Amino acid sequence: MALKVEHELHARRKNRNFGVLGLLIVFVAIVFGLTVVKVLQLGDAKKFERFDHVARPALAVGAQEGQSAEGASQ
Amino acid sequence: MTDVNMQDTTYEAGMGDYFALLKPRVMSLVVFTALVGLFVAPVPVHPFIAFVGILCVAVGAGASGALNMWWDADIDRIMRRTAKRPIPSGRVQPEEALAIGLALSGFSVVLLALATNFLAAFLLAFTIFFYAVVYSMWLKRSTPQNIVIGGLSGALPPMIGWAIATGSISVESVLMTALIFMWTPPHFWALAIFVKSDYGNAGVPMLTETHGRRVTRNHIMGYMVALVPVSLAIAFTSIGGPIYLAVALIWNAWFLSACYKVWRRDEETAEADGFAAERAAFKVSLAYLFLHFVALFAEAALAPLGFGGWSWL
Repeated sequence: MALKVEHELHARRKNRNFGVLGLLIVFVAIVFGLTVVKVLQLGDAKKFERFDHVARPALAVGAQEGQSAEGASQ
Repeated sequence: MTDVNMQDTTYEAGMGDYFALLKPRVMSLVVFTALVGLFVAPVPVHPFIAFVGILCVAVGAGASGALNMWWDADIDRIMRRTAKRPIPSGRVQPEEALAIGLALSGFSVVLLALATNFLAAFLLAFTIFFYAVVYSMWLKRSTPQNIVIGGLSGALPPMIGWAIATGSISVESVLMTALIFMWTPPHFWALAIFVKSDYGNAGVPMLTETHGRRVTRNHIMGYMVALVPVSLAIAFTSIGGPIYLAVALIWNAWFLSACYKVWRRDEETAEADGFAAERAAFKVSLAYLFLHFVALFAEAALAPLGFGGWSWL
């Protein structure tokens, strides 16, 4: 006799699995959206950019100016 | 080859069964009042932060509903009105309801703290605790004043909404909470008089069964009289105005008159007309609260056009 794999139970589990998938997607969207809004609310990027590890030309120029000022004073 | 027989497999809940644990109808009232509390607050909130804040309040309310169903599964089985709930009907296991209730409580409080502020998160945690522990586990089965004190958990959402926006508690948010708190007894007891309940069989001491309908009618009138000044006081705060005052005056007069009719009647008269006055008072109570909050919403929505509050008169 053939193995009958389709059962009402499977349909219900499928419904539940898709439900969990949907909730996870919503959760990711909420965390992503909150991150975007919170970061944008910080306003001036210079207030928080020093905490990351990305190259910052603005800071580099500032550093060069600082070095040249030190050289001029000597 | 072996046949697979799955007929004996125990029922596995679907998403709808879990959703029913969250008491969606109660959740809708919570969302509406919290939204008004947030909207009338004087501090603007980013729409996405407001959305997440209200979502957290809704999920927190749902979590407390799931914890309530877990704790009350024994009496829910006995009462007709609640026998079809997910746990008594066998669609969800009690342990699942407990796990969902605890997980969603933690999730909603932590996310609200991260998205908004700690005061709003604390108020949500307190609301969940008050409903699940103070009301469900303690008051509900021990005192006929259960719905009065337990009503605080249903009254707090506008205060949470206000706190999401302002990060503080003020006289306006206290009065919005007091409005729902004082409104709950006449609303609920008007219903309790005309609905044939089986709380007695389940051992829940409802006022109509412990002290009788006469005493319940007296309580309805007493709480109604106490509700009027709370409702009118809001009109003279920063969130009130002539629109709110007009709505409050009309609906207080209407609700007061409906409760007065309920108070004056005896049981024979009430039974003779099928509890018409009690049914009318219950319907008026629904419109009363809804329109009070709609009026507050209108005052805040018209403010940018120059028609909000008292300043334009």
